[in-house]
Amino acid sequence: MSVVEGIIAGLLVLGVFFYVAGTVGLLRFPDTHSRLHALTKADNLGLGFIVIAAGLHWGDGWIAGKLALVWLLTLFAAGMAAQLVARAALKAEGGE
Amino acid sequence: MSLAFDLALCALILGAAGLAVAGRNLFGSVVFYIVYGVLIALAWVSLGAADVALAEAAIGAGVTGVLLIGAWQGMKDAGGLEAEITQSLPVRVLAGLGAAALGGLIGFAILSLPGHEGLTGPVAENQPAVNLGNPVTAVLLSFRAYDTLLETLVLSAALAAVWSLTPAGLWGGIPGPKHTTRPDGVMASFGRLLPPLGLLVAVYLVWAGADQPGGAFQAGTVLAAVWILIVLAGLRDEPRLSSLTLRVIVIAGPLVFLGAALAGALSGLALGYPEGHARTLILIIEYALTLSIAATLALLIAGPARRAP
Repeated sequence: MSVVEGIIAGLLVLGVFFYVAGTVGLLRFPDTHSRLHALTKADNLGLGFIVIAAGLHWGDGWIAGKLALVWLLTLFAAGMAAQLVARAALKAEGGE
Repeated sequence: MSLAFDLALCALILGAAGLAVAGRNLFGSVVFYIVYGVLIALAWVSLGAADVALAEAAIGAGVTGVLLIGAWQGMKDAGGLEAEITQSLPVRVLAGLGAAALGGLIGFAILSLPGHEGLTGPVAENQPAVNLGNPVTAVLLSFRAYDTLLETLVLSAALAAVWSLTPAGLWGGIPGPKHTTRPDGVMASFGRLLPPLGLLVAVYLVWAGADQPGGAFQAGTVLAAVWILIVLAGLRDEPRLSSLTLRVIVIAGPLVFLGAALAGALSGLALGYPEGHARTLILIIEYALTLSIAATLALLIAGPARRAP
């Protein structure tokens, strides 16, 4: 295994770890807001590591750039969806 | 891709399909149906069919998922969810047996097909005649243009069916509720941020579609998504359904397609293109179709008119 392959494997393991952490949080946390917190933070970090690993694996600037763009769009979409879900949950609880 | 990945993907697809069908909770079934669509798209990527994967993700999972969620919301509002659907055991057994028999028959039909090398060779041979780099576009808009023409007409028919549900007095009115969001809120900002990028992706998809994966259906879906996002963000209201411009856009694609078919029929071959002009004609049809598909999908999701014009 070359050094780059080792780095890729390490990044993948790190990414999967954050995905697992986010999923455990989704299943274990008591209310909508904490579950959102687990999902949006951990999963997006996990995706970031996997995107870096994929970029290194392909070893091509264009592909890496496209992957980075995918990650950025996911961040935006997940952040917005989380805000909307949180607001809806707040309303359902009688807050706002 | 590796065998382990494919096997895991197959297991996930079967699991998602099972949960979508067997789930007791209707909303859960819809969610698993969407997950199923995304996994199927991954399977198409794994098979190297990027065009089908794009269409499945955009239409199979995306648009259909939104339509199903809309239908669920409609049922909930009408109180249709309280009446739990409980069929008697014989009915359920009978339905299961019927589905299994149909599945078995389809499986048998596929397995008993004579050994075949597929159509890759003939398509590649005839592709230069239409001067397109993407074999899928060549099949969809030339070799099997008949199917695609009917598909676009099915979409228009579906929209006519949805519009026919318009309540009395609202014909030609505005569909859906008026969405209001805080002008500096997350939704409004997102609605301003994403459309330029969506438009760019849609134009690229239809532009690249002639020679690379992409095409009218995929680009149209992205355009429809931009439309829906702008409406949801409260930046623009849905259009009046009586608007002439809107109706021209909805019908432009099928009309241009039919026109080309008719012109071909008059000069000898229905849906045949005159020699040397196939690519130009196909591109014109693709561009018109993109707009029509976008408007039709967005209007299908918007539903029948609910406010007076």
